[in-house]
This record gives sequence, C-alpha cells and structure tokens, in this order.
Amino acid sequence: MTDPATPTEPAEPPPPAPAPSDPAAETAARGRRNIFIALGLVAFIVLVYLVTLLRMGGNILERPL
Amino acid sequence: MHKSTASPTVAEAPILDSRLPAEWSDYVQLLKPRVMSLVVFTALTGLVCAGVPMHPLLAAVAILCIALGAGASAAFNMWFDADIDRVMRRTQGRPVPSGKVQGADALGLGIVLTLLSVMLLAMTTNWLAAGLLAFTIFFYAVVYTMWLKRWTAQNIVIGGLAGALPPAIGWAAAAGETPLNAWLMVLIIFLWTPPHFWALSLYTSEDYAKAGVPMMPVVRGARSTRLQVLVYSLVLIPVCIAPAFTGLGGQVYLAVSALGGGIFLLLAWRLFRSHAGEGADPRNGQLYDVKVGARDARNLFAFSILYLFALFATLLGEHLARGLTS
Repeated sequence: MTDPATPTEPAEPPPPAPAPSDPAAETAARGRRNIFIALGLVAFIVLVYLVTLLRMGGNILERPL
Repeated sequence: MHKSTASPTVAEAPILDSRLPAEWSDYVQLLKPRVMSLVVFTALTGLVCAGVPMHPLLAAVAILCIALGAGASAAFNMWFDADIDRVMRRTQGRPVPSGKVQGADALGLGIVLTLLSVMLLAMTTNWLAAGLLAFTIFFYAVVYTMWLKRWTAQNIVIGGLAGALPPAIGWAAAAGETPLNAWLMVLIIFLWTPPHFWALSLYTSEDYAKAGVPMMPVVRGARSTRLQVLVYSLVLIPVCIAPAFTGLGGQVYLAVSALGGGIFLLLAWRLFRSHAGEGADPRNGQLYDVKVGARDARNLFAFSILYLFALFATLLGEHLARGLTS
C-alpha cells in the first residue's frame, strides 16, 4: 500500500526491449496465466472451506439435538 | 478524480509496447510484492502484540487477506498512475507502463482482490478488521493515488495513513478491538513516512519533477524539505520510544528504540546541515547514484528502513517470548 504512502520499493528493472509478437508464445503465456488463475481459485475455495470448518464447526457440534 | 497537475511531459510520453505476452509474474508485479512484505510484517506484529490466542490457520488467512488488500491497492495505483510511471525512471519498468499488462486488467485485478480480501477477512476474523482493510484500500487508491499525490506536497504525509494502518488491522483481526497501543504502532509508521520519503525524494526529485508530482523538494525546495525532515524526526523519536512506557514494549524495545532513535536524529541533523537536493546533477548516472551532497539523504533513507524494521521486529520478538514463557 510505497509509492510515497508506504515504504519504498527499490528501482525496478528497465522495460525489456521490444520483441516481435509471436502467436505461439502468446498462447503459451495465456495458458500459464490460466493455470495460475485456476490454482488461485482452488486455493480460495480450500481456504473458505477450512475457515468455515474452523469458525462454524464448534457451533455445529454443540447444537441442540 | 483528476490528473490535472501532471506535466505536459507526461502527456507526451510515448506508450511503450513490449509486444511480449504477459506472464503470471507480471500480474504479481502489479501487487508490489516488496511493499506487500512490509505490510505483512507490520500486520503480523500487530496481530501477535494483541496477545489474543488465535488458531494458526485463521491467523495465516488473516495475514494473507491483509497482504492481498495491499496488493489490490497497488494494482489500483498502477492502473491510475500509468501515465506518470511511464516518464519516471524508477517506475518505467512496471507492467502497465511497459505495455505488458493492460490498464483495464490492472483495474480488474484490483477490484477482484479487494472483494476477495475484505470478504474473506470478515469471514475469518471480524467486521472491524475487514472494515479497516476496506478503508485502507479506499484511502490509498482514491484519497492518496487519485487525489493527494498530484495535488499537494503533503501527499505522503496524509497518504501515509494507508501504509500505517496494517498493525491496527492485524490487532483488530486477533482481538476484535483496537486499543491505544494498536494506534501507537500506527502513529509510529505514520510519523516515520515523511522523513523516510523526503530523504528519498531529495535525491530523486528530478524524476518526480519530470512527472509533475508535487513532492516536497519539487514544490518547496531542498532546504525546506531538509528542515521538515528534521522536525518530523524530532517528533517521531519520542513516539517510537513511547511503547516502552505503555506496556507494549519491554526493556529490549526501550534500548533499541532509544539507541536507534539517537542515530536517526544524528542522521537527520547531518542531512539538515548538508546541501542534499540542491542543484541538478550534470552527469547521467543511475537513478540511485549518490549525487553531490546527497550522501546524507541516502544514509537517512537507508537507516529509516532499518530502524522501522528493528522496532517492529523487537516488538514481535518480545511478545513471542512472552507467549512462550507464560
């Protein structure tokens, strides 16, 4: 949250030199991004599941029958 | 919100097109991982200092949410500031100005991460922590990035609140409340920000001037900036020592904060007496080269990072030790 409002990050590397667009490289990169998004979604679902168990599990066990 | 104060240089800056397909790592860079690591560290300190037992997994998820919230703020910042990032050497390589990631994608990532992090934090801990996180993201993205940064030389003073809040969020996540000691940690980071950033801006002011960002050395000059660094340092050090007397810090903290505070003041005094920030450097050196007379600015900048880290690491260590012995 640096830029001036938070502690500073050091200098970032200069932009890479322009390279010719490559449809195959673009497709491969999109595939890697999609895998990354899928992993993020799965991780989120697992987290929600575990948090629900921890936060609500006790109440379920102690509910009046 | 407006971008009216940006200089003509910004408007004329060419849009770079790297023609390289964006990798997932480019999206990670949008989240400013180095800044995120400091947010995580201070939030974790707040969470531990609250002294309330918490399930390790819930604590880890809470810290993750705060980190993702910080990342969302950074993504909003990268989206909105792409025009000025493009003309500053320090930020030209960022994913949006370099053309690797579209601005709309950065905005979308910021929105998604904001919703996920705030909702998950509310579910994992409580509404106070989630509300503070939402406020922090709003304050950084809207109040600081869209308004203060391009409007006033006090941008980092007021905007620094966003970077200062993570310890209070961590404390609230554990305890469900934010007592005085939590706000004392916030105050330390809040008062630390101006001398830290103005020391940096004294030797990178040309970059800010080129981008039309009204940083203090650009607007008020180097001498006024050095004086304000000294004044803020004089206010900061007693506040840094205060936790030793409020029950937050112990004897080790007192020693670290007092000794480090003395060094901080010495470096701030040396900076005040120097000529840092005066005159342009005729050489075409690297951005972080020490320009003539600016060594004192770099020394204070570097030590300020070490000092803040030492303060929070000491608090963290003392409270972990208390937990082990109790």
